[in-house]
Amino acid sequence: MSSSSIRAWYLVHKWTSLVCTLFLLMLCVTGLPLIFSDEIDRMSGGNLQFGMPGVGSSGNARGLLPLDTMMAKALATRPGEVPLFMAFDNDQPSMTVTTGLRPDSPGSEMTTQVFDRSTGRVLGKERAGGVMHFLLKLHTDMFLGLAGMLFLGAMGLLFTAALVSGTVLYAPFMRKLAFGTLRTSRSTRLKWLDHHNLFGIVALAWMAVVGVTGAINTLEKPINKLWQRNELAAMTRDYAGKAALPPSRYGSLDTAMAEARKALPGNNPQFIGFPGGSFSSKHHYAVFFQGDTPLTQRLLTPALIDAETSAFTTARSMPWYNKALSLSRPLHFGDYGGLPLKILWAVLDLFTMTVLTTGVYLWIGKRRTSSTAHVREVETGGLVEPTA
Amino acid sequence: MTQRRRTRQSLLMIFAAPLAIAVLTGVALIAALTGDGWRDALSWFGLAVPILTIAWAMRTRLT
Repeated sequence: MSSSSIRAWYLVHKWTSLVCTLFLLMLCVTGLPLIFSDEIDRMSGGNLQFGMPGVGSSGNARGLLPLDTMMAKALATRPGEVPLFMAFDNDQPSMTVTTGLRPDSPGSEMTTQVFDRSTGRVLGKERAGGVMHFLLKLHTDMFLGLAGMLFLGAMGLLFTAALVSGTVLYAPFMRKLAFGTLRTSRSTRLKWLDHHNLFGIVALAWMAVVGVTGAINTLEKPINKLWQRNELAAMTRDYAGKAALPPSRYGSLDTAMAEARKALPGNNPQFIGFPGGSFSSKHHYAVFFQGDTPLTQRLLTPALIDAETSAFTTARSMPWYNKALSLSRPLHFGDYGGLPLKILWAVLDLFTMTVLTTGVYLWIGKRRTSSTAHVREVETGGLVEPTA
Repeated sequence: MTQRRRTRQSLLMIFAAPLAIAVLTGVALIAALTGDGWRDALSWFGLAVPILTIAWAMRTRLT
């Protein structure tokens, strides 16, 4: 590789890294406890006792209470509110009902109650406060809403560019070095340079996947808007122009669910979006079904049921951009392979922090030196340290 | 063992180990998505490789 192309890649690496490093460090620090949020929730929530342990609320096993009953219980504790979402669990009879003052209430005005569908008992309320919620907000949008989300998405893309340019620079740097070299006794700079390169190259694929899927996750709101405007509008064309269905005329959820199951037999629902919300039309219960294999479980297919008459309108699998979003979630969270996977996720998160902090150290130490000197350092595998 | 090689390595030699680790990582990330049981175990093994590589380097490659 010529010195001039090394210089170009060095500058790309330096600037993309410099812009995103502080935010990436924040994401790594806040993300670390978030990996274990299920475990932390369970510990702080105590041991939940279910009436029918191990029976998923998403199924239709005998003994599970009707959905209408569950909804009535939820609304009884929230007088004047309307249903927004009902979500199910595949492993336990727990389920959630989300209500709000209006069908299009924003997230901040929603209340989510957790129920045991086998006993009808309230298990608790999903609390909006707490340390974990604070960390999650910081991690997803820094309390800045959509703008914050998209900003962090851009940081994710810069991080990806830093990974690519760093990998390109790895080649000339390692020309005469064996893989895994860690020269710790020559100078502090060389020691951290070798650590930066080794940690970076071994965690490269993981960092790239988590970085890119994180950036895709920041597009959640635009993607859902796009789906609602294009796909959903096409699916409910016959209803265009009709006035919104008032909640007082919502029909039976159990009849609607039975109709939806008839249309997509063998699958279980993940959640129901109610009329007027961001996951349905103004006239439908949107029952989002999971696929029936482990791979397709995360790829949802909504069945639209007329909320007044309980008649089946249509069902259509989600477009590619929603599928990309659905697959990006587990790949970013690391929550799909048990506790061991989460622990590995945490270690690789610490590796990423090592790469970031050593990178900052390498920059601060020689930030006044010319790029020619830095190119020389790369070309000699770190033997010629940059001098002012 | 000597860390510095007299001859320059080809790109393939430089990236052989990193590429193997990246492929294993990719297999690991997808394996657990496609099911449970042995697929989870495969993903644990695959993602442990980068971590074990660091441990190996710190034991045998420190100079």
